Amino acid sequence: MNIGHFMTPDVSRVAGTRRETRDTWTLRLEPPRNAAAWSYRPGQFNMLYAFGIGEVPISISGQVAGDGTLLHTVRAVGRVSAALTRLRKGESVGVRGPFGTPWPMDLAVGRDVIVAAGGLGLAPVRPVVRTLLEQRGKFGRVVLLFGARSPAEIVFRREVERWGRRRDAEVLVTVDHASPDWAGHVGVVTTLVKKAAFDPGNTVAMLCGPEVMMRFMVAALRSSAVPDDAMFLSMERNMKCAIGQCGHCQFGADFVCRDGPVLRYDRVRDRLSVREL
Amino acid sequence: MEGLDEVIREHPFFRDLDPRFVSLVVGCARNVRFDAGQYLFREGGPADQFYLLRHGHVALEMVSPTGGALTFQTLGEGDIVGLSWFVSPYRWAYDARAIELTRAVSLDAVCLRSKLDEDHDLGYEVMQRFVPVLIERLQGTRLQMLDVYGHSRAGAPGS
Ligand SMILES: Cc1cc2nc3c(=O)[nH]c(=O)nc-3n(C[C@H](O)[C@H](O)[C@H](O)COP(=O)(O)OP(=O)(O)OC[C@H]3O[C@@H](n4cnc5c(N)ncnc54)[C@H](O)[C@@H]3O)c2cc1C
Ligand code: FES
Repeated sequence: MNIGHFMTPDVSRVAGTRRETRDTWTLRLEPPRNAAAWSYRPGQFNMLYAFGIGEVPISISGQVAGDGTLLHTVRAVGRVSAALTRLRKGESVGVRGPFGTPWPMDLAVGRDVIVAAGGLGLAPVRPVVRTLLEQRGKFGRVVLLFGARSPAEIVFRREVERWGRRRDAEVLVTVDHASPDWAGHVGVVTTLVKKAAFDPGNTVAMLCGPEVMMRFMVAALRSSAVPDDAMFLSMERNMKCAIGQCGHCQFGADFVCRDGPVLRYDRVRDRLSVREL
Repeated sequence: MEGLDEVIREHPFFRDLDPRFVSLVVGCARNVRFDAGQYLFREGGPADQFYLLRHGHVALEMVSPTGGALTFQTLGEGDIVGLSWFVSPYRWAYDARAIELTRAVSLDAVCLRSKLDEDHDLGYEVMQRFVPVLIERLQGTRLQMLDVYGHSRAGAPGS
């Protein structure tokens, strides 16, 4: 690996922005001159650098087919992420990547696929859902289980509704706290598992969301007989180098930037319940 | 049209129930339907039924601090509605409202409780099916309380 290249950000121009929820924006980024870095696999992330402020890992939430612009969906939680959400069309951002392990799309071929996402966890799996639906014939049943805090915090809402109208996919959405205008499911995302139809012995499950939500989701899938080696989780840890050099993102024996973020559940099982690891 | 015993045997709550017990349960059961907006029960009322949902959806609601109805859970086909029928003083703790046309099997709680008292094997069987539902709902409530989507592990103190 040419570390020098991966350590220096390319400069990318913001081609457009879109507000997803109160605190979450999607940035559409133009390919920098080094266009090789612009192909990615679902599940991978880039390090986005808000100039003069700092750099954070952000998953790639899609790519626009026509012009190749790359989408990143950012929630403002602190200094850097807030600065990224303030970027507007024409402004610049530093980009390093793509980094990390992808979702196991090859393994999913011919099997039922459950994508289980919570909150902003839908962003890193959106490319998965898009691929599953675009290449629908390659997969068994396609199930999306998605939980959000409230209807107002559902990211990509229109797209989720479009997915929900398809007859060749089962899209179940629930919120923890309903508003009066919400006519859908209310309750935690794990309650959706029993409502979905899939063959547990021939299923690949991809989980993305807060760690505690993934732990509960694993338990629900396990009680529906999905084996441990068929579940994949996207882990989050703070990062600096993103190339397996600094140890900042260490998670037991793994560096999340290099060995993850997508890890098979049986590999992380014993570490998941350990606090502050 | 399926008979009540078949409906009960096939409902996830009673699946694989011993046929002897099925006939005891059927003795307390009847088919019911609720139109959209109709209440299955209201908070404070006597918990003298419980429901095995067959079709449709039901919202469980409580009065929010601002006075409006707040849905804290929706239930659908294969779920049971009503937990308080099992525990004294047998009063509903929330409202249950049909969101759409809903069909269910209603079990008369007084009838069922007396059968559980008489036949402890049936009592234990029902208990074994009932407690996991209670635990699942309790876990769900805990998760809701944690408000998990507001926080993430990355950047947490000590990480
Ligand atoms: C592989 C990977 C992929 C990621 N993908 C995305 C993505 O697609 N979109 C996205 O918005 N974020 C994503 N994140 C999380 C993102 O990197 C962090 O939110 C970011 O690093 C926070 O930096 P900051 O300077 O804005 O906040 P900091 O100053 O580091 O933190 C400010 C406050 O926010 C809290 N905090 C930190 N991170 C989060 C978080 N993720 N959620 C809620 N609170 C947080 C901290 O505990 C602290 O209290 C990803 C992280 C990883 C490791
Ligand atoms: S961020 Fe440096 S090793 Fe992962």
